[in-house]
Amino acid sequence: MIEIKDLHKSYKMGSNSLHVLKGLNCSIAEGELVAIMGSSGSGKSTLLNILGMLDELDSGSYTLDGVPIKNLNETKAANYRNKFLGFVFQSFNLINYKNAMENVALPLYYQRMPRKEREKKALEYLERVGLKEWATHLPSELSGGQKQRVAIARAMAAEPKVLLADEPTGALDSQTSLEVMELIQKINDEGNTILIVTHENDIAHMCKRIVHLKDGVIVEDKKVKQVRAVANV
Amino acid sequence: MFSRDSWKEIFETIQKNKLRTFLSGFTVALGILIFVSLVGLTNGLENTFNKFFSDDATNTFYIFPGRTSVPYKGYKSGRQIEFDNSDIADIEKNFDLFTEYVSPRIDRSGMVKYKNESNNYTTRGVSESYQFAEKTIMMKGRYLNREDIGNKTKYAVIGRLVEHDLFKQEDALGSYIDIAGSVFKVIGVFQDEAGDDEERRIYIPYTTRQLIEKNTDKINQIVIGFKPEIGYSGAMALDKSLDKFLRDKKFISPDDQNAFFVRNVADQLKQNQQFTSVLAFIGGGIALGTLFAGIIGISNIMVFVVKERTKELGIRKALGATPKAVISSILLESVFITTISGIFGMIVGIAILSSLGEKLEDYFITDPYINTGLAMFATLILIFFGAIAGYIPARQAAKIKPIVALRDE
Repeated sequence: MIEIKDLHKSYKMGSNSLHVLKGLNCSIAEGELVAIMGSSGSGKSTLLNILGMLDELDSGSYTLDGVPIKNLNETKAANYRNKFLGFVFQSFNLINYKNAMENVALPLYYQRMPRKEREKKALEYLERVGLKEWATHLPSELSGGQKQRVAIARAMAAEPKVLLADEPTGALDSQTSLEVMELIQKINDEGNTILIVTHENDIAHMCKRIVHLKDGVIVEDKKVKQVRAVANV
Repeated sequence: MFSRDSWKEIFETIQKNKLRTFLSGFTVALGILIFVSLVGLTNGLENTFNKFFSDDATNTFYIFPGRTSVPYKGYKSGRQIEFDNSDIADIEKNFDLFTEYVSPRIDRSGMVKYKNESNNYTTRGVSESYQFAEKTIMMKGRYLNREDIGNKTKYAVIGRLVEHDLFKQEDALGSYIDIAGSVFKVIGVFQDEAGDDEERRIYIPYTTRQLIEKNTDKINQIVIGFKPEIGYSGAMALDKSLDKFLRDKKFISPDDQNAFFVRNVADQLKQNQQFTSVLAFIGGGIALGTLFAGIIGISNIMVFVVKERTKELGIRKALGATPKAVISSILLESVFITTISGIFGMIVGIAILSSLGEKLEDYFITDPYINTGLAMFATLILIFFGAIAGYIPARQAAKIKPIVALRDE
């Protein structure tokens, strides 16, 4: 599903250049649940941004579902993001003046899906994250865990090839984190490919594979036995 | 881009961001409102100036006699210039091609009596064509005619207010009034747009007046109506040749400025029109400045709006919004708001102008109005520049990488 070869990325900081990713090679198959771990500054978010086409790579190659991702103009990148990728952010990034359903329906709007159809689909996905009753609520009326579940529903609604989550539990307490991870595992069980950036060990061990980044190189890449997240109700 | 769905998206955005909508709408509405009002008031000012002239015909010369100030051809200075009937005849004969009519004017002020009522009025001896010069409007009866002049009849045409003062509720037509000792029959009552002063006048045949004054042939002033088709330059040329003709006839030095005076209404009108067009120019300049300030205002707000929405736009881009979608949504929103509020401001402005009517006449503003085409044009200009003002920051926002936009807090 995802194939990266000799991936380099550096940022210009004034006259200095900061080499963040130093030649990464990685291959992720369909249906995997991968945690990208590392301390801050290890380059894990940069990697995720490149995989998410939110940022560009300097050299190397990146293939997503057989499509080489390079030299994209903004319009093409936007279309690929819309078609291939779903994003979940640490800070939820819901649009605060749209209610839960409208937020979920937004990627479908950019797919030019008719309104009726996308509202139906949005409600369907809200039901899957257990928030159908909250469809008409604004983000400000939702708890952190609920917001993240709306964000996950939004990411999934466009039926992406890969779900990219940047510290999805970073702003949540441990109980809510478990709820969110339970949902992510459930989505993965349905066969979706998911990448999670995290620095929390227990979250990482709820995935099936851990890629450890340190100073811009992969120091460890191992399959783990998945710990099922069970929210203690 | 113009699908019903994208409009719905825009309406939602507008509805849910009321402050922003209000700010940009208010700026545009106010800009157009001030523009429309200023142009309208300037037009009102112009109306007032034009009105000063509209009660009298503008194709008219008034010639007043004076006293010579330069000795010439054996005549001493200080000689009183007088006009008489032969001058009228000579002017008619020599300038027949250019003139519509020539009328003398002999003003006398005196006591006018009817039964027990009496008052002081100006009685003006004129010929039948004088009606055109004053644009006198007959309410009832008739004006003086050629026979009255020829027969030196004792007929009088009185102003509306003379009838009102002397006759009260009675009908003046056919009654006899006493003008400074002579009895005249009232054959007509007139009104005049210039108002009270002119409507307290009495017109009688100038020949009758001359008969009363010991059968003299002297006249006070000469009123000449020239043919309108000779135009402004023709009028100026006529003015010149009349001047020369009179100087030759009356032995007046070409350098004498005081022997007689010509009041050229066409020239005065022209000068006033120039004055009002300068006023209109200044007013228009200020109005244009307001429009410009409105454009700058809407530009500022659009920059602020895009800045405020940077993060939201980042989210939208992450979810698959193309740069085109981002730009068009911002642009459509701004164009929609400016169009609605621009038209609103325009309508309010026009409504204010038309409600003013004559209320500001004391400030020399009559019937202020704005050409609807001009108002529409100004509104379109503002909408157009509002769109440009929205486009530039929108394009920049669309260029920002989503990763940068998302980081914006």
